[in-house]
Amino acid sequence: MQFNVNWLKEWVAVDLGAEELAAKLTAAGLEVDDLRPAAEDFTDVVVAEITGCESHPDADKLVVCTADDGSGSALQIVCGAPNARSGIRVPLARVGAMIGPDFRIKKAKLRGVESSGMLCSARELGLSDDHSGLMELPADAPLGQPLRDYLALDDALIEVDLTPNRADCLSIRGIARDVAAVCDAEYNDLEVEPVPARNDASFTIRLEAPEDCPRYVGRIVRGIDPNAETPLWMAEKLRRCGLRSISPTVDVTNYVLLELGQPMHAFDLDKLDGEIIVRRGRAGEKLVLLDETEAELDENILAICDRSGPVAIAGIMGGLASGVTGETKDILFESAFFNPATIMGKSRRFGMHTDSAHRFERGVDPRGQERAVERATALLIEIAGGEPGPLLVAEDPSLVPVNRPVVLRSKRLNRVIGRDIEPATVENILRRLGMQVERGEGQWAVTAPSARFDIEIEEDLIEEVARVYGYDNIPEAPVSGELPPGMSLGHGVAASRVRDALCAAGFQEAINYSFVDSRQLEAVQQSEHSLPLANPLSSDLDVMRTTLLPGLLGALSRNVRRQHARVRLFETGVVFLQGDVMNEVERVAAVATGEVSPEQWGISARKIDFFDIKGEVERLLSLKGNDIRATFAPSDRAWLHPGASAEVEIDGKSIGWCGAIHPAVLKAFSIKENVFSFELDLDALLKREIPFVKGISRFPSTRRDIAVLLQEEVSFDMVRECIESSAGPYLKRITVFDVYTGENLKKGYKSLAIGLIFNNVSSNLRDEDVDLAIEGVVSQLESHLGAQLRG
Amino acid sequence: MSSINELHSRALADIEASESLQQLDELRVRYLGKKGEVTAQLKSLGSMEPEQRKAFGQQVNAVRDALNQAILERRGSLEAQALEARLMREKVDVTLPGRGESRGGLHPVTMAMERAIGIFNKLGFDVAKGPEVEDDHYNFESLNFPPHHPARAMHDTFYFGDGRLLRTHTSPVQIRVMEKGEPPFRIIAPGKVFRSDSDQTHTPMFHQIEGLLVGRDVSMADLKGVLHTFVNAFFERSLDMRFRPSYFPFTEPSAEVDIGWEKDDGSEPGWLEILGCGMVHPNVLRACGVDPETYTGYAFGMGVERMAMLRYGVTDLRQFFENDLEFLRQFH
Repeated sequence: MQFNVNWLKEWVAVDLGAEELAAKLTAAGLEVDDLRPAAEDFTDVVVAEITGCESHPDADKLVVCTADDGSGSALQIVCGAPNARSGIRVPLARVGAMIGPDFRIKKAKLRGVESSGMLCSARELGLSDDHSGLMELPADAPLGQPLRDYLALDDALIEVDLTPNRADCLSIRGIARDVAAVCDAEYNDLEVEPVPARNDASFTIRLEAPEDCPRYVGRIVRGIDPNAETPLWMAEKLRRCGLRSISPTVDVTNYVLLELGQPMHAFDLDKLDGEIIVRRGRAGEKLVLLDETEAELDENILAICDRSGPVAIAGIMGGLASGVTGETKDILFESAFFNPATIMGKSRRFGMHTDSAHRFERGVDPRGQERAVERATALLIEIAGGEPGPLLVAEDPSLVPVNRPVVLRSKRLNRVIGRDIEPATVENILRRLGMQVERGEGQWAVTAPSARFDIEIEEDLIEEVARVYGYDNIPEAPVSGELPPGMSLGHGVAASRVRDALCAAGFQEAINYSFVDSRQLEAVQQSEHSLPLANPLSSDLDVMRTTLLPGLLGALSRNVRRQHARVRLFETGVVFLQGDVMNEVERVAAVATGEVSPEQWGISARKIDFFDIKGEVERLLSLKGNDIRATFAPSDRAWLHPGASAEVEIDGKSIGWCGAIHPAVLKAFSIKENVFSFELDLDALLKREIPFVKGISRFPSTRRDIAVLLQEEVSFDMVRECIESSAGPYLKRITVFDVYTGENLKKGYKSLAIGLIFNNVSSNLRDEDVDLAIEGVVSQLESHLGAQLRG
Repeated sequence: MSSINELHSRALADIEASESLQQLDELRVRYLGKKGEVTAQLKSLGSMEPEQRKAFGQQVNAVRDALNQAILERRGSLEAQALEARLMREKVDVTLPGRGESRGGLHPVTMAMERAIGIFNKLGFDVAKGPEVEDDHYNFESLNFPPHHPARAMHDTFYFGDGRLLRTHTSPVQIRVMEKGEPPFRIIAPGKVFRSDSDQTHTPMFHQIEGLLVGRDVSMADLKGVLHTFVNAFFERSLDMRFRPSYFPFTEPSAEVDIGWEKDDGSEPGWLEILGCGMVHPNVLRACGVDPETYTGYAFGMGVERMAMLRYGVTDLRQFFENDLEFLRQFH
């Protein structure tokens, strides 16, 4: 809602500057979005009349005007405005005038013709965005009068961003009431006198949907002057509130909307067929609206109809055919109360967020219809003459909302606010807000004015008191509470260890959107179980991710293109798997490409490979404890390299995968380098065994190394199992220190060099025991795996 | 007599002149070894007169001790020299870069989130979680948003077409926590939220931290106290704070909270909105089976990106989700 301060000050006696007033509004919950002067800061701009207008000898688009600024001497001014013509009164910036802080008007020659001043458009003076031509002033504007005085431009415009509960402040009247309460200033409510009927012009109004429209007030005004013009004072107020002047009838309804918050409509009486019927629309009904678009109605839409059909969409916009025109002489005013629930969401449906719909869907004062019609009638007659008929009131009183008294308990108020407020202060605040207050024992029965239908329960009153009392006056209590300090370790603690471990391993955390391009999900072959959005922002964010991979590959690809040859990224976050039920699974995933280590001197460079990414996974798994044994089995997931990827399993259950991304997938992300990746269920990592300490041996360990020749198909896991089952009780751990294939070896064979470390907790190991163990291991490897001992 | 003195000074000179531990050892053998020259002198004692033997014996023993001492000292000095030489050899250019993996870093939103969670944990708030795919009931209805209410228009919602939606705020977690447990409650709920809006100051996904405290005598004064404590702790300075009346369907009274923020350009500090809050609406408590006469509570919700932008000087919200390493690497 935009309004000008001068108008507000007609309603409330505050002696505050615009800035102070804005601060008060914001502190009262009417947040000021914008505060600006009503006009550019200018001097020496006066009303002048163009008395002559001739074409410029050397420029097609310029004219040479003679202007009378009331000083007696005619001024020659060159002007380029298309509407410059003899006989109109316009603003003239005299030579020496300042417009804004920097622009001074000087005598000048324009294409060889002398010009003594500048005729101005509204935009040049900061009055509006209108730059279509000179700002035309009324013919009776006094020549030579400073424009600032003539238009009362020492004014400020305030735009408030109102919360949906404060529909009452969508009017000057409502804002004035709040300002009066907050500033404890005098509130001058408008005394609206009934305009006596000058004829008995009547029109039937039938409410066929009284739940939607319990109240509809009309009035016929006959014989208005179609040539009448909106007075300057009204046009200026409308302009300062962001509305354009259109015609006296329309301007009057808009003026009342701004002043009292009641949207009104005016029908051309001659275009109405017989009577007004307020009813739900019917499927198939259509109506061309004032903005010349065609709307299709149905039973969800409340329509204003005559005998021939719809003439307006209730609360949103009138129909074109029945609207007032330049010829209209007889009109029917409409001032209705529509149930907010009926109007809510409808302007969205039609894509028309009108001032009227904005107010009706938030709710208007259910008692304000007559007042609005009387005010509009008086204004219209003053401007355009005409004879009013009697008020035409159709209503179902039982369905018009009534504000009931709400009990406010002093104790409850103080308990919720956290400060004891004097009962006298509470009463004073409520009365300033226009509420009727009845005192009881430790409590009040409070009835809000009809415009404050948002006051329904005690908390509403507590908020009102707190708001006017001032949130700033509520103390800050030290932190305390009846609950003991939280003892739960929380999910976040352990997840942060996973993140920290990855950071230490050189991975940078990324955060990608939870929705991705469905084509990317298809590219990584994981579009199964995906959940598409019904209203995506764009086609490249149209489905919930089922994996963190596309986001990370996209980020990796972008970074590679930005000259990062080595990229390591990780992300933790939820993926969405739609089965019979929605399964939101928290995952951790990483992608890596380029060298295994950052470029550095003294070590040989090497590209990252499967075992590097497997190592990262193993280190993450070690967060779970030493005794967790994960297995890595070849994976056949479609988005992975079939020969260099693994399923990560714990106790036979997969918790994710790791390995090289399939080249076909990389191609879809325009990535040329190999990418190694993993994705694991975060919860599986966060379940941890509590370490339980074992005895430490005081006796030295013995190490024996063996090298065996094996067929390539024999996996290390098979070798390990064989060793572990045959090495006896003293084997502490085994280590692989070389894997060799190639020259000097039989084709299809590999050489594995393994260290076996033996230890006994309770005594020195004898060489014979270790020899025996090694013999057993070698013979098992030979018989079970066909191994040959080397060297 | 003169021969032993001569032997003494010759040996001392040799020891002094020795240049390596090996050479020194050879000298030790030559003079003091089993067949050494000093040892030979001692062996010759047996053929001497007893009186002469005593005097000579003492003299030879003194020479032997002196040589032993000299060798010991020379060894110490040679060892020190050898160590010095080794240290010289092992000198490196300490300004060359170190080796190994370079650290990655956390995303700034995670950093801000973890920082906020840490502070609230100290204030006794436990972390609660809820699903990101929600339904109308949890996201709106139970939070006192009537159908089609204009307050819903402020939440541009992503829908799935079957009644489900992406949560537009973390407030549904309030409901889930209260439905499941018994008061009192003291939780925060950090997480992702979604709104169908994308421009310079809006991204379709962002992060919020919700807070909820319900107890027997919880007031707005408590709310003001906890939030000011938090904000000062988060930004590590004493900030001005103001509460402005506002409107959220699920709190009443409601407030928006501004902090007085000094910009780096040295301009006048201005008010900057950082969060919304209020006293939990009795309808919300009642819907969760909590008696609003017995219990009162407060709730708050803040945007994590906003906090991260202020703390780390980020000016373009969209940078958070572009995952450009040049940007991310500035955070550790």
